[in-house]
Amino acid sequence: MDWYPLWNSVRIAAVSCVIVFFAGIAAAYYVAKLPRVLKGLLDVIFTLPMVLPPTVCGYFLLILLGPKRPLGMFLAQYGIRFAMTWYGGIAASAVVAFPLMYRTARGAFESFDLSLAYAGQTLGLSNTYIFWRIRMPACRQGILAGLVLAFARALGEYGATSMLIGYVPGRTATISTTVYQLWRTNDEAGAFQWVMVNLAISAVILLTVNLLESKNGKAGGT
Amino acid sequence: MSLSVHIKRKLGSFILHVDLEYEGGILGILGASGCGKSMTLKSIAGIEKPDEGRIVLNGRVLFDSEKKINLRPQERNVGYLFQNYALFPNMTAEKNILCGLCREKDRAARQRKLEDVIGAMKISEFREKYPHQLSGGQQQRVALARMLAGEPELLLLDEPFSALDAYLRELLQTQVRQILQKFGKDVVLVSHNRDEVYYLCGDVSVMDGGRILKTAGTKKLFADPGSRAAAVLTGCKNIADAQKAGEYEADVPEWGIRLRTAQPVRDDLCAVGLRAHYFNPKSRENLFPVVYSAKREEPFEVRILFHYTGQQEGTPDLWWRIPKDRSPQQMPEKLGIAPQNVLLLYPED
Repeated sequence: MDWYPLWNSVRIAAVSCVIVFFAGIAAAYYVAKLPRVLKGLLDVIFTLPMVLPPTVCGYFLLILLGPKRPLGMFLAQYGIRFAMTWYGGIAASAVVAFPLMYRTARGAFESFDLSLAYAGQTLGLSNTYIFWRIRMPACRQGILAGLVLAFARALGEYGATSMLIGYVPGRTATISTTVYQLWRTNDEAGAFQWVMVNLAISAVILLTVNLLESKNGKAGGT
Repeated sequence: MSLSVHIKRKLGSFILHVDLEYEGGILGILGASGCGKSMTLKSIAGIEKPDEGRIVLNGRVLFDSEKKINLRPQERNVGYLFQNYALFPNMTAEKNILCGLCREKDRAARQRKLEDVIGAMKISEFREKYPHQLSGGQQQRVALARMLAGEPELLLLDEPFSALDAYLRELLQTQVRQILQKFGKDVVLVSHNRDEVYYLCGDVSVMDGGRILKTAGTKKLFADPGSRAAAVLTGCKNIADAQKAGEYEADVPEWGIRLRTAQPVRDDLCAVGLRAHYFNPKSRENLFPVVYSAKREEPFEVRILFHYTGQQEGTPDLWWRIPKDRSPQQMPEKLGIAPQNVLLLYPED
């Protein structure tokens, strides 16, 4: 059995998760401070990929990054091609997973008791320290939940990925595109194998999260 | 020490307009919730930004809208105790206090100061505990220690006892008073509780509708609040419109009486206040016949509702409060009040 789709899926999900983690938190943090109209507008834009069909996201990504489009041609001069490459999958997964991180982080930030941040300021703590050592730990559960959702979504991403990077065995194949491809070519046993792999990964992720949360609970962090 | 606050802030229809000069000691700002007292404290700390004005602490300009000076809270060196104490939930008591020592860069000195404050505040028993494992009183002590550790020039206490039940509140007021005396810091305390302010503060500012009505020595202010709003805030239960009738006389049409006063009455008198505790059946002056309407018994006091015989229909009854052991067997026909206990109330500016 060729394990390439597993390796490819995991690296795409992992890298897009890192990007989505920072982008989602930054967006959640700054959007919360904006005036109401702008906040509502940006909120809609940032959440859109969650409610759109993934193929529509893929369509927009192709329009933006496709090889015959201005941005795509510009990037191609530097050897960066998002269409039909494995790292194009990162762009697809990140866009689709971003709203999950953004929304859960925003919810967590909104329920954060601002007097903690103010207290830190009057004590002389830097805003960076307050953000990473007080605000983030206080919002940890929400942010962790968002991260898990984003990772799961990125790992299972199919629509936008198949639009942007297609299915090339050994190059752009991911677990979900492989399952479809094998099923389509009547290789039911092969599809079943990959379905089981996917189930195993998801179970491991969820178990890890539960373990992490109960451990943190015992340390008295909350 | 000196603190000078002259600020304006507009929030919708609410206008905060504070003018406060203060020489040192413990100042209380007494006001109902929503009067702007917390916002005043937050402006001094730099958490809220006023629209315009100037804040100067010990000659140091913290905020000046004209010169575009607005020091960050980190640079103001002003301690702030939050109503809910705002302890960092992910840190132990000791770590919380260390946050208050973050300005001290020398490690040995920081450790020494930590031990000092933990000793002085009697925190060693629970220094390794997280905030949620501490009682309300312990949390308050940790928050005070965290604030005092950084040796701020000024302490701001925002409703420090309102999160506690009545028994603990009185206990902690005594402790906090001792701590404040021990550290000898200048303090601005904000509260809606007149007992708390009376007990802890040397001076009091009365605040209503975003403005400071009067600042005076605590005893003086309670003896002569000067305006209707201040009389209500200092706990005066019986207030009615009044007019000047003579140099030492005031007419109260609502109650149908004319009161003799100890202070000369100014022409612009608008109301008088009679504190519920000061009625006395044996008083020789301001003695008027009364009709009793209700009696309410409390653990140690009796509250009696009455009206004067000449009182206008539909006006609220007056309160008379008296300790149970002095409560009369037979209700007196007349109640009096000493002229020096008639509070003369004037329009606010």
